[in-house]
Amino acid sequence: MIAAAVLGGCAGVLSGLLGVGGGILFVPALALVLGLTEVKAEATSLLAIIPVAVVGAIRQYRYGNVQLRDGAILGLLSALGVAGGVALANVLSARVLRILFAVFLVLVAIQFLRRFVETRREHRADDEAKADG
Amino acid sequence: MSEGLDKSYMLKLAVIGTAAGVFSGLLGVGGGTVIVPLLVLWLGYGEREATGTSLSAIAVIAAMATILQGAYGNVDLAKGLLVGLPAVVGVLIGAWLQQRVPTEVIGLLFAVVLVAAAVDLVLT
Repeated sequence: MIAAAVLGGCAGVLSGLLGVGGGILFVPALALVLGLTEVKAEATSLLAIIPVAVVGAIRQYRYGNVQLRDGAILGLLSALGVAGGVALANVLSARVLRILFAVFLVLVAIQFLRRFVETRREHRADDEAKADG
Repeated sequence: MSEGLDKSYMLKLAVIGTAAGVFSGLLGVGGGTVIVPLLVLWLGYGEREATGTSLSAIAVIAAMATILQGAYGNVDLAKGLLVGLPAVVGVLIGAWLQQRVPTEVIGLLFAVVLVAAAVDLVLT
C-alpha cells in the first residue's frame, strides 16, 4: 500500500513537471502493486489522473502557463479521437502500431535533446562573450 | 494575427487533439506524450505553457474516459484514490519545481520519459 502511494506521489511530480497524466506510473502501481488486472488498472488510472490534472492545471494557470481555449479544444477533440482509436484498435495490428508509435516517441525525444544541446551551447557562447567583453 | 494564420493554427490544434485521442484509444498511451511535444515543436509553445495547457486538456479527456470505463465496471474507486491522492500532492511539488528549472531541462526530462514510454510500448 505504501509503495503504491509513493508511486502515486512520483506520478504527480512527473505530471506537474512534464504535463503528462502520470499513467506511466499509475498503471504499474495499480497492476503490479495493488493486483488489478491490466484492463482495470488502465481504467482506474484514468480516475486517478482526474484530480491530478485538475489541480495541476489550476496551479499552472495561476503561474500563467495555461492557454484555456487551446486546452479545451485539445481536450474535446481528444475525447472524440479516443472513440475513433478504440474502433481502429479492433481493425489494425497492435504490434506494428506500438512499434511505429515508439519510433515516433524516440524521434521526438531526439528533437528535445537537440534543443537542449543547442540552448546550452548558446548560453555558453553568451557567457564567453560577456567574459571577453 | 491574420485570419489565414489563425486558420492554420486552429487546424494544427485540431490535428494535435485528435491525434492525442486516437493514440490514447489505440495504444492506451497518455495524451500528454503527444500533446506536449507537438505544442512545442509544431505550434511554437514554450515548454511550461505546453505542459500547463496539456494538463487542462488531460483533465477533460480523463473525465470523459473515466465515465465510459466506469460504465463498463472497470474503475476501482478506492485503489484509484489510493494512488491519485498522493499524486495531487506530487503535482503541486512538480509544478512548483518546474517554475525553477530552465526550460531546456524540462525538454531533456521529457525526452527521458518519452524513451521510457517507447521501451515500454515495444516490450509489452
